[in-house]
Amino acid sequence: MNKPLDFHQRMRLPKRPLWAVFGEKALEALIRLCGVSAIIFVLAIFFFIFREALPVLFSGRFNILEFLFGVKWYPTSAVNVRYGTWALTVGSASVTLLAMVIAVPFGLGAAIYISEFCAPKIKEPLKIVIELLAAIPSVVWGFIGLTVMSKLIVAVTGAPLGVNLLNGGVILALMSVPIIVSIGEDALKAVPDSYREAALALGTTKWQLVYRVLVPAAKNGLLAAVLLGVGRAVGETMAVLMATGHAVQIPHSLVDPIRTLTANIAAELGEAPAGSDHYRVLFLTGVLLFCITFAVNMTADFVIRGVRRK
Amino acid sequence: MADAMQMSNLFARSAFTGRKELSQTLARWAFCAMTVMMVAPLFAIVAYLIIRAAPSLNWEFLVDIPRQGMREGGIWPAFIGTIYLVVISLVIAAPIGVLAAIYLNEYARDNWFNRIINLAVINLAGVPSIVHALFGLGAFVYAAKFGYSIISASLTLAIMTLPVIIASTREALASVPMAFREACWNVGATRWQTIRAVVLPNAISGILTGVILQVSRAAGETAPIMFTGAVFYKAVQRGNLFPYHLNEQCMALSMHLYTVATQVPNVKESIPYATAVVLLGSVLMVNATAIAVRVWLRTRKKW
Amino acid sequence: MGEALKKIEVNGLRLAYGGREVLHGLSFDIYRNEIFAVIGPAQSGKTSFLRCLNRTIDFVPGAAMSGSVRIDGEDVGRVRDVHSLRRRIGMVAPLPVGLPLSIYDNVAFAPRCAGLTAKAELDAIVEKSLRQAALWDEVKDRLGSLGTALSGGQQQRLTIARALSHQPDILCLDEFSIAIDPVTTMRIEEVLKELRSQITIILVTNLTHQARRLADRTMFLWNGDIVELDTTEKIFSDAPANPRTYEYVNGIFG
Repeated sequence: MNKPLDFHQRMRLPKRPLWAVFGEKALEALIRLCGVSAIIFVLAIFFFIFREALPVLFSGRFNILEFLFGVKWYPTSAVNVRYGTWALTVGSASVTLLAMVIAVPFGLGAAIYISEFCAPKIKEPLKIVIELLAAIPSVVWGFIGLTVMSKLIVAVTGAPLGVNLLNGGVILALMSVPIIVSIGEDALKAVPDSYREAALALGTTKWQLVYRVLVPAAKNGLLAAVLLGVGRAVGETMAVLMATGHAVQIPHSLVDPIRTLTANIAAELGEAPAGSDHYRVLFLTGVLLFCITFAVNMTADFVIRGVRRK
Repeated sequence: MADAMQMSNLFARSAFTGRKELSQTLARWAFCAMTVMMVAPLFAIVAYLIIRAAPSLNWEFLVDIPRQGMREGGIWPAFIGTIYLVVISLVIAAPIGVLAAIYLNEYARDNWFNRIINLAVINLAGVPSIVHALFGLGAFVYAAKFGYSIISASLTLAIMTLPVIIASTREALASVPMAFREACWNVGATRWQTIRAVVLPNAISGILTGVILQVSRAAGETAPIMFTGAVFYKAVQRGNLFPYHLNEQCMALSMHLYTVATQVPNVKESIPYATAVVLLGSVLMVNATAIAVRVWLRTRKKW
Repeated sequence: MGEALKKIEVNGLRLAYGGREVLHGLSFDIYRNEIFAVIGPAQSGKTSFLRCLNRTIDFVPGAAMSGSVRIDGEDVGRVRDVHSLRRRIGMVAPLPVGLPLSIYDNVAFAPRCAGLTAKAELDAIVEKSLRQAALWDEVKDRLGSLGTALSGGQQQRLTIARALSHQPDILCLDEFSIAIDPVTTMRIEEVLKELRSQITIILVTNLTHQARRLADRTMFLWNGDIVELDTTEKIFSDAPANPRTYEYVNGIFG
């Protein structure tokens, strides 16, 4: 049996060595500092791009309303310099809209398929394929738009140029689908199984279950998935730079070449001399972009929070 | 007697159930088709790229330097440049990201300050890559006076990959059950002792996966490095493993693909395709490794 | 029982979770070397009281504690090093928890956190604690195997070994038997009877018969108030001071 307990022979537990205690406190201070770093970086980003843009805002040559709503963009003109970004904003909006019109139905459909209809053996490989699709770099997508998609569009629509709004829209759609599928699938997975069991016990088909019960129950998460897809599309640079052409104009048909806010900065920054007005206006465009994506991401997070609270 | 006959007909197949089953089958095939239409392009595109790239795809292409103004030769300086940028940016971003996630998951209480930190992480994740480029230009190239260099480009990439490392590390930490932490606190362990002994070792697989996935992202981005340190052409020895100094500019695969596809006239058709294949192949291989690591480590779970 | 034998003095202890009070000003004493049972239905505040004792209430967001809890005269709310306080109190939770470390590391964890690194001393502590928890014979040949791979009953004994490894003066058990088999429960009860002569034991339990078997004194806690505190004999007799005690103990409500 057990030895007699000899509690009286207690060992004094030593105190922790001072270097260990101080080392731990220092490490915890470092951890807290890193935690705060995210705020520091966001503020830093805003600060530094605004800093480069600021001088032009206060110069007499600049008008904020013309910047936001003017259609003419002639930054390098010798006589008639104009910095109107409206055409670029419309370019961004139209390519994003087109991309969402394609990506949302297909993305949500794929999310529903993977979550509800798919055989378990195909599910894991399918999810892995979607993950790999999400990993394709944007410059490779741009290259595909420039080569493959461009030839396809010219062949199908007979347009003179293959790089245009349609090209950009399709490429962006393919890029946004993985986000919509994975977050949408998470949202559907979060709906409790009891909903499914109750509905099936009442004799509904899977299809009725989906559109009558699951989609309404998961609508916040699905909306968030769409918003995050929009956020990705609006912020995309290289793919649209290579796939949409080089015309700063408001599109009148699907096959018109356009340019987005993002691509514009990338295309012209290399040529604008540092410190010039053109350079500073490009930074100001960056500020505008930052605000737009900020708003979209805040909305998406707000919507997701509605899901978590349930 | 008549009642019994009516009862048995309740479960027989009627026109109504027939329609329902048909709509179910149709729905199933419709959703399946949607999925296939989204997924099939991946295979088609990869196949097309490989076919077009075939004439140039060989070992020489990887190790040789570009010749004749990019029209001939290989991509070695760009390949090694990308490796430089990826390694340096992750060496900077991974420790900060992991420590920040430890703070958010293990130390932070639920007050307004920490809610703002969470919002900041989400916003940082959503910043467009060109805005990161502008930031890198304003902050590292000019304000910090690093100039156009590998260090500026790596710092810019580090800030870009930081939020996703924070998010995936948090998930990994949160997957360790609370009961373990409480058992440690009950015997007088400090927060850090608990983290070091129980939480971190069991979250390491998730953390590793998250960091590896960011490798492919850092390798694929073009805009942030285009204006901070990546350059069109740099003279480098073929096959040299350490050709760059940190304060120099470098070539990079993503930048090279953009350049060769849009800025170089009369290039041999297979060269840009081959560059795309090398970039895409490297990225997909790294991601597949991360996924394999995740699957393998899941089988070795300790509870 | 004189003043010198008081181990824990509770005075006006109030606890609120985000404005909702769960302990309404408790005042009582626990003496040295006794088994002190706290009985009562669920949500009475029994676990909350234990959390106040070893200050793990600090980890609960929104918890506010007032009043005083003194151990050997020292107020736990004002103690300088909360970690050494926790090492003076052993805590066993309802659900068995084996840490995902080897069995040896499970039991050596607390001494190592306290700063002990000498292998010979750690070996001695591990063996002693496992013997005290009646687990040594079953695991002595596989101290390197994973703690989470043990059965529920073994993991609960492992938890007790862990709790004893830092040589506490007070051992608290919070419904320790609800998730383990009766045989292990009996073995652990034997262990508690043996330990009583050296340390003070606080036994929180929903199982009134367990309190009857083990405790010297019993406190009936209901909705954050002390209904009755007396010797076990009195509480479980046919005429306790409070009729509600009789009703609870005999299963008329609970």
